[in-house]
Amino acid sequence: MTAKPKIVVGLGTCGIAAGGREVYKAIEKALTDNSIDAELTQTGCIGACENEVLVDIVKPGQPRISYGKVTEEKIGEVITNHLLNDKIDREFALGKIGEGELPAEYDDLPNFFVDLPFYEKQVRLCLRNCGFINPEVIDEYVERDGYEALKKVITEMKPEEVVDVVKKSGLRGRGGGGFSTGLKWEFTMKAVGDKKYVVCNADEGDPGAFMDRSILEGDPHSVMEGMAIAGYAVGADEGYVYCRAEYPLAVKRLKLAIEQAKEKNLLGENIMGTDFSFDLKVKEGAGAFVCGEETALLMSIEGKRGMPRPRPPFPANEGLFAKPTCLNNVETFANVPVVILDGPDKFASIGTEGSKGTKVFALTGSINRTGLAEVPMGITLKEVVFDVAGGIIDDGKFKAVQAGGPSGGCIPEDLLHLPIDYDSLTGAGAMMGSGGLVVMGEDTCMVDIARYFLTFTQSESCGKCTPCREGTKRMLEILQRIVAGEGEPEDIEKLKTLGEAIKDTALCGLGQTAPNPVLTTLRYFQDEYEKHIFDKRCVAGICVDLMVYLIDAELCNGCGRCRKACPVGAVSGEKKELHTIDTETCIKCGVCVEKCKQEAISLQS
Amino acid sequence: MTKLNVTINGLPVEAEAGMTILEAAELAGIDIPTFCHDPQLVGAGACRICIVEVENARNLPASCVTPIWDGMVINTESDRAVQARKANLSLLLANHPLDCLTCEKSGACSLQDYCYKYGVSETDYVGEGKDYAVEDSNPFYERDMNKCILCGKCARVCHEINGAGAIDYAFRGFTSTISPAFGEPVENSPCVFCGMCTDICPVGALTPKLSKGKGRVWEINKVKTICPYCGTGCAIDLHVKGNEIVGASGNREGLANKGHVCVKGHYGWDFVHSPDRLTKPLIKKDGKFEEASWDEALSLVADKFKAAGAEGLAGLSSARCTNEDNYLFQKLLRMMGSNSVDHCARL
Amino acid sequence: MTNSIDEVENADCLLISGSNTTEAHPVIGYRVRKALKNGAKLIVIEPRRIELADYADVFVQIKPGTNEAIFNGLLHVIIKEDLYDKEFVAERTEGFEEVKAAVEKYTPEYVAEITGANAEDIVEAARIYAAADKASVLYTMGITQHSSGTNNVLAIANLVMATGNIGRESTGMNPLRGQNNVQGACDMGALPVVFTGYQPVVDPAANEKFSKAWGVSLNDKPGLTVTEIFKGAKDGTVKAVYIMGENPMISDADLNHLEESLDKLEFLVVQDIFLTETAQYADVVLPACTFAEKDGTFVNTERRVQKVNKAIGPIGESKADWEIIMALANKLGIDWNYGSAEDVFKEITSLTPSYAGITYQRLEEEEGIQWPCPTEDHPGTKFLHQGKFSRGLGKFHPIEHQPPAESPDEDYPFILTTGRNLYHYHTASMTGRSKGIKEFSFEDTLRINPEDAAALGVADGDMVKVASRRGEIQVKAEITDTVGKGVVFMTFHFSDSPVNKLTNCVIDPIAKIPELKVSAVKVEKVAEMAAK
Repeated sequence: MTAKPKIVVGLGTCGIAAGGREVYKAIEKALTDNSIDAELTQTGCIGACENEVLVDIVKPGQPRISYGKVTEEKIGEVITNHLLNDKIDREFALGKIGEGELPAEYDDLPNFFVDLPFYEKQVRLCLRNCGFINPEVIDEYVERDGYEALKKVITEMKPEEVVDVVKKSGLRGRGGGGFSTGLKWEFTMKAVGDKKYVVCNADEGDPGAFMDRSILEGDPHSVMEGMAIAGYAVGADEGYVYCRAEYPLAVKRLKLAIEQAKEKNLLGENIMGTDFSFDLKVKEGAGAFVCGEETALLMSIEGKRGMPRPRPPFPANEGLFAKPTCLNNVETFANVPVVILDGPDKFASIGTEGSKGTKVFALTGSINRTGLAEVPMGITLKEVVFDVAGGIIDDGKFKAVQAGGPSGGCIPEDLLHLPIDYDSLTGAGAMMGSGGLVVMGEDTCMVDIARYFLTFTQSESCGKCTPCREGTKRMLEILQRIVAGEGEPEDIEKLKTLGEAIKDTALCGLGQTAPNPVLTTLRYFQDEYEKHIFDKRCVAGICVDLMVYLIDAELCNGCGRCRKACPVGAVSGEKKELHTIDTETCIKCGVCVEKCKQEAISLQS
Repeated sequence: MTKLNVTINGLPVEAEAGMTILEAAELAGIDIPTFCHDPQLVGAGACRICIVEVENARNLPASCVTPIWDGMVINTESDRAVQARKANLSLLLANHPLDCLTCEKSGACSLQDYCYKYGVSETDYVGEGKDYAVEDSNPFYERDMNKCILCGKCARVCHEINGAGAIDYAFRGFTSTISPAFGEPVENSPCVFCGMCTDICPVGALTPKLSKGKGRVWEINKVKTICPYCGTGCAIDLHVKGNEIVGASGNREGLANKGHVCVKGHYGWDFVHSPDRLTKPLIKKDGKFEEASWDEALSLVADKFKAAGAEGLAGLSSARCTNEDNYLFQKLLRMMGSNSVDHCARL
Repeated sequence: MTNSIDEVENADCLLISGSNTTEAHPVIGYRVRKALKNGAKLIVIEPRRIELADYADVFVQIKPGTNEAIFNGLLHVIIKEDLYDKEFVAERTEGFEEVKAAVEKYTPEYVAEITGANAEDIVEAARIYAAADKASVLYTMGITQHSSGTNNVLAIANLVMATGNIGRESTGMNPLRGQNNVQGACDMGALPVVFTGYQPVVDPAANEKFSKAWGVSLNDKPGLTVTEIFKGAKDGTVKAVYIMGENPMISDADLNHLEESLDKLEFLVVQDIFLTETAQYADVVLPACTFAEKDGTFVNTERRVQKVNKAIGPIGESKADWEIIMALANKLGIDWNYGSAEDVFKEITSLTPSYAGITYQRLEEEEGIQWPCPTEDHPGTKFLHQGKFSRGLGKFHPIEHQPPAESPDEDYPFILTTGRNLYHYHTASMTGRSKGIKEFSFEDTLRINPEDAAALGVADGDMVKVASRRGEIQVKAEITDTVGKGVVFMTFHFSDSPVNKLTNCVIDPIAKIPELKVSAVKVEKVAEMAAK
């Protein structure tokens, strides 16, 4: 318990984007102006990103009060009210966290993690420290049992025992494939090599995914501790975190954390006085999506062009610089200290038969509560979409959820009862992936969504294997034709054939899963494709080429603004008479809509 | 060596542990199409034309990089494998100029051969194609990246065999191509013009300039011989049409070089047909050379040698001539009584 | 080579000296790079920073002509640090103690002073070489073309034997031969002192054997070497010279001197494929076929006898060299009747024990055979000296450093050293008539260190005059730090900048190799001279 009040500002990327740094400065000013002696600090993302900027205030003896959506203008008032007058501003207060007394008038304040619907169904293992500790101060991590797991492992356990514990916990890779982490460690441990490596895949590249970034920004030490434990278990003395350079804050905090851990002898030579040494480096990726594929990632660390190579040999046997390498992702490593400290049985008690523990999801799209949520395995998609994320915005109707990024697939409403685990999602044609969930409402065109994801995979294909390089291009061209109203009846069959051929023959996991967004939308929403192809209609009203601009006869007053503004002379009509748009000539630039004061012009399918 | 038993196309095959499916199939005399495979290079698994169906495998593995396991059941020409192979051929064809009539590689082009074998005459996937300028600014070979099927063998031979590492994949996705760094022409790269990339290219993307337009592959007879330059003794094939050499390439049977060559062995053969070649004996008369008959020239030489006597006669034999030439040279000098025979071994 | 090309890539350590392998022997250069990828250590000892120096674990840049000093220095460190192979030295060699005494004074510091290298690099190189299980030395003319060439080679032999790096796979001392059949020409007795297979003409038994086989009584006195032949021409004792497929007017040292000899000569016949610079001096020129127009055999640097196959018929009235020689012999009244190159080869093998087991049929079936191959069931010899040296015990020779014949002085302040480039071969009579190569590499440059160039006021591309005590030439300057201060480099390929007008024809007393690698020269900017 701190003797003086503490103010914690959410300065993850989400907080900063929402204006967190300005709020931080405003708080500094308010403290100075009012001569308040308080500790001002920062933390990472607590998950409720839609409520950023989040500011928590802890007064000695009182529970922590979390304020959301605060602004630079208002925060001063909130602070002074809270600290000087014991007044909690109900406009911004989200809830209370932890023990302590509050004035009775605030008894009804919701308990942050228990009462807020966003958190109600969450179980926070990986994100245990995110939003609480200052990621730039190692002591705050250490205070919350940080590096205790490493200490236990290197002072009390044999490497084989560590591997056994991880195996027993049922932890599976959180990066996409879902391979047993314990088995992977066992293979690396048993592999023969004069040198071994531990590598953390922090090249999170899926559109809409930010789980790893939030963990690295909010709690870098948990990942590093997991890696050091892996190093001890497999017999490695060196590790790399391969982090995309587009995550500058994560990189900065990681580097700082490594420095601090070395100073405290929690990394480096003879850790905690034992024989175990483990050095850690950060390698920044240059922005290629494919470098998230493990073999391409290793090539990239080696200084080569990031391109997947065939497996076997698997990295466990021949990985970085051809040495045995234990490669897991951020979330997987962040789970490891929990597995060690809580024990494998407790960890395995969460989740389903085949999928243990929790999974962090990045919730985005047409939902009320975007953000980062950690839920137990086995929870249904419906619970995540409606209970955690609060359903579709503006009371809209749910259409599909895209799970697993560009490698995943779109899951329709009638499969929302599916439990979230590796095997159910794969069965539905999607995949757990790294944990991006993009929720889509009725106003989403599924053909356009497939086109969007394919545009991404096509431009991010490494170019090595024929099906991915050439095949995704041709699939994309077909989709582009369909959304442009030039689809042909045989296109659906072509997409299916090509998609299956790519799945069957592509070199790496990314190539093999690249057709998934198309194949799943074809599986669940073929009627939408057919409407585009046969009726030249986009029911969601998204595909501009299938829409026409029409002037409402009731609303048009014949002012002529649209006619004058039209760059191609598509609008005709006498002054004060009803105007019409020649749809053949119209280039759908939309300038007429902007000019019309009567709101008489709209896009119709 | 541990022996493993596999079944390929219904045939039982005994192969060694560590072999790939492709190698095991070769043992059994079963041909699997490949573009990117070369036994001298590290397996890439890039072209996906050698995919085969393996019982209980999730997808179709590339036979060139997939090791066999005991009891593996493989079908190289199953419907599923053939359909996928045809799809990949069709994709390559969609992005490849169909100028076989004038292409230097016609007749020796793997893409042509496999399209023929699988009856892929046109592509199912019409769309955007490559549009690169043909690079011909160096005197040795042309690079037409429009024809490139990105098998990557040229880049691998450059890195793995030569070690120059002048070219590699550049750009991503559909815009991927093979290029020197920064898209510079090869002469501005570490390229040393060994031309092994042109030898290994399965299609017509890399064409030796000296050979261009000189003959169709079926008109050419390859004669294996030894490179006339340095002392490495590289086995090369001279490409002969009629009585003319029209090209050269490394011969992989050669134990000194295993098919590897350098710029001289690969592109230094055309001196043979130089207009400067001596075609008749010459006798110097009044300080000027005049053409003479063999009989006249040799008679003159014989007379002068006799006149010089054993003490006054000397000869320089040649480090560039054959053993047989050298042997007879020293034999003649010695039979004339002179041991003053030497050659430029010291230079 | 004592060992084979194939073995290079499996060596643990390669010591390369006097060989710009990637340019002069490119295909062996690939193997060197492969060896490095396989984890081999590389030591490069060169006056120039050649391409491989960039890959080297240690690059020792020495002044030209200081080779034996550096090898003595390496051996000094190896003995001093007790890194030598005592078992090998004891069982397979003799004379080690003398060498041990001789290298005593070659401390790293002393050697550094002589060679201009860093003492630490010498120690490091010695340790790396000695630590390797399989170390292979690759060298070529940079070692031999010195007045102390033989001693340089013996100094390497001392190093190789002291560390037991011979007689095993991927070890050895491996001179990379510079010409396609230089090994074969030597094997065939195209040398003044030996018949085929190095059977001495002075050896009565050998002489008798050949006399009997050839049906004449053969001269048993050693003949003249090439240098002596031209000296004889100049003083009139040699009257007629027969040159087959050689172009000394570009390749030999001190060309002005040579030109005088050729001018003095009573009769010169040149047999070649082109009217070379040397053929211009001939009285009779005989048109020969190229390699592509004839059958026969070449022997490569690893002693592999390989079959050369006729690809096309003769151009014009040209004939295969052996056919011309036979026709000339018949004109001289010697009745020869070889029906084919194979007939000649059969005679060779019948008289040459190291070739006795080789036949054309075997050469085709076995992709060449490495001699010695004494019998038809012998597979050939991959590497030499296994278990035993040819002479029995390997002999150590104490070697003292001997400076080159010419040292830079006030008048001629630079050391000129010469070599090849990747694109051309020897006197460029062939590559210079190859379209692509000629277009790509059409002129030579004088490689000069930036500091030296600055002192002379020479800019990159400036025309300079390079002069020695023997002649002068003009060439463009190329400023590069690949040559050290005080050293300049040129190739000898180009007839319009014939560097051998400058070189020194002083020879090694035993091998009779001219000191092509070290000449004292001066360099002047041409424009400045015009201004004077």
